[in-house]
Amino acid sequence: MIAYVVRRVAYGMLIVLGVLLFLYLLFFVLTNPDDIARKAIGEKALPQVIHQWKVNHGYDKPRFPSPGHLRDNMLVEHFRRMLTFDFGRSDADDVLISRRLRDGVGPSLSLTVPLFIMGVGISILLSLLVAFFRGTYIDEAAVFLSVLAMSVSILLYIIGGQFLIGKLLKWFPISGFDRSPAVAWHFLSLPVIIGVMSILGSDIRFYRTVFIEEIYRDYVRTARAKGAGEMRVMLRHVLRNALIPILTTVVMEIPFLFTGSLLLEAFFGIPGLGSMTFDAIQGNDFSTLRTMVFIGSLFFILGQILTDISYTLVDPRIRLE
Amino acid sequence: MTLEGHHVSNLVVVALLAIAVWVWRLVRQNEVWRGAFRQLGRRRPVAVAVLGLYVAVGLLDSVSWIGSSRAETDAVAAHKPKSIIDRMFSGRTEKSYSKPFDRVEFYDKSPLHHPGGHPLGTDILGRDVLQVTLKGARVALLIGGLTSLIAIPLALLFGVTAGYFGRRLDDIVFFVMSTFASMPGMLLLIALIIALGRSTLSVCLALGITSWVGFCRISRGETLKLREMDYVQAARAMGVSEVRIIFRHVLPNLMHLVIITFALMFSGLVLSEAVLSWLGIGVDGSWGQMIAQAKDELSREPMIWWNIAPAGITLFVLLLAVNFLGDALRDVLDPRTVREKL
Repeated sequence: MIAYVVRRVAYGMLIVLGVLLFLYLLFFVLTNPDDIARKAIGEKALPQVIHQWKVNHGYDKPRFPSPGHLRDNMLVEHFRRMLTFDFGRSDADDVLISRRLRDGVGPSLSLTVPLFIMGVGISILLSLLVAFFRGTYIDEAAVFLSVLAMSVSILLYIIGGQFLIGKLLKWFPISGFDRSPAVAWHFLSLPVIIGVMSILGSDIRFYRTVFIEEIYRDYVRTARAKGAGEMRVMLRHVLRNALIPILTTVVMEIPFLFTGSLLLEAFFGIPGLGSMTFDAIQGNDFSTLRTMVFIGSLFFILGQILTDISYTLVDPRIRLE
Repeated sequence: MTLEGHHVSNLVVVALLAIAVWVWRLVRQNEVWRGAFRQLGRRRPVAVAVLGLYVAVGLLDSVSWIGSSRAETDAVAAHKPKSIIDRMFSGRTEKSYSKPFDRVEFYDKSPLHHPGGHPLGTDILGRDVLQVTLKGARVALLIGGLTSLIAIPLALLFGVTAGYFGRRLDDIVFFVMSTFASMPGMLLLIALIIALGRSTLSVCLALGITSWVGFCRISRGETLKLREMDYVQAARAMGVSEVRIIFRHVLPNLMHLVIITFALMFSGLVLSEAVLSWLGIGVDGSWGQMIAQAKDELSREPMIWWNIAPAGITLFVLLLAVNFLGDALRDVLDPRTVREKL
């Protein structure tokens, strides 16, 4: 077990290095530091000003290691800074990125955690119901509706939801945020409802196939043969065994809760990491974007390792090798 | 004569039509494929027809040439290449917004140049919304098509070589795949577009780079299985070269997966582009961009709805047709290998 975990973590570290190398190629080799500087401080900036900006933001060093600059180059600097979580300052407004991250993770989680729990709960319940009615008109209608729901752009869900629930029905405010939980739920309700709506179609379809695959297994037939009621078969046998494949996909989504939801946060004015990414796109803020991709993949790799380990805990059939 | 943008796009149309005829003839010769497509047409006739309509509109907008049309009075516009769709609507611009079938401008109530001539109204620049919407078909097909043309060959190249040759090569490809899969899709997409610059090609390139991993994994797994097949072993025993085995025995057996993947990937790509458009880094003239622009128009009083409605509906209908066709294709061609979440 310990050997497996160690090997798994080592491979994860290797992938982190791969991600860093990719980011280096993308942001330091493909893009010219002069262009980054000009985008940040203006096209007509004086050469000295551009040089000073590059010095301040660490873009002044040579790009590749060379005999004279074995350690003093952007490749080594990029790896060193990212691996020690020293993300530096934003290219757009010089604010420390680490402080932004600390400030943003709370609002992001307050949106994504309820969204995640409600989304998973509702879609598992509904798809269990659909699987229960497999082969009937209810099942067919549900699959049809899922395809309909999948074909709508999330933009339309958000705009439509804001318009219908926020503007016409006036149930919840259209956008805004507050740090005290007593007020925040008021602002968070609408994005959570819309977020759940937008994923329901594809999730129900996915979970339904998982359940139906499970329903035709031998042990389910045995359970029915010994006289278990349909309710008991679905909840005790099918649901519990189907949870294993479901767990993999669900646990995989947990790391992304931390990086927030780009669209929902930007549309609803929630000052989380998604909004931060949105601002970074609008302001050509390369260092923030880089950091967000890195952190996102770090969480993902961590989540994958945890999934693999939890998988072995839930399913005793899996032997660690 | 220099080769300009519209010449390239005309040539591409000719090439596409030629490829379509060639594929059609190949399909006619092969019993299995012919049966599959006939079954597809029988199962989803409406979806096939709808998709055909979109392709036709997209092609009409892809053929363009320079030359003034009858209603054209603008000297500058006369030297721009115009597509067939543009020619159908030439000279039909107004000053700004107007309601569908209205006879006056929306804001200053002055009479329109073409009273009652805009079935879907006009947008902020006075362009006919019907024209803009029809032109979006070409952009949507371009996004899905061009990106698939980048992503699928890339995935096949890596997946098949990794699966077929195995060992060190497989380790390397698997590592690259894991690296790309670990970066959050949307963030990677945005980072790529920001770094590559904002153009149609770079958006498609970025979408391609973020979406090849899924199919690479599938094709690698299938190749691993195909490699052990008796007919591949027999070919190898007879001394057929590895390259020839791959092209004659492995790739043809992956073709059904290519088609299914293309159909399943398409809607995801168009949906991603809509989000990118809203972020301001999408493709010009896409329905996503129309929806993104119309967001503010809905909050005006009185509201302007005739911009977002056609874009949203045409996008929805296209994706619906593609999704239904993708499902049907999967049922017809391969019920087992490709799972729901690609």
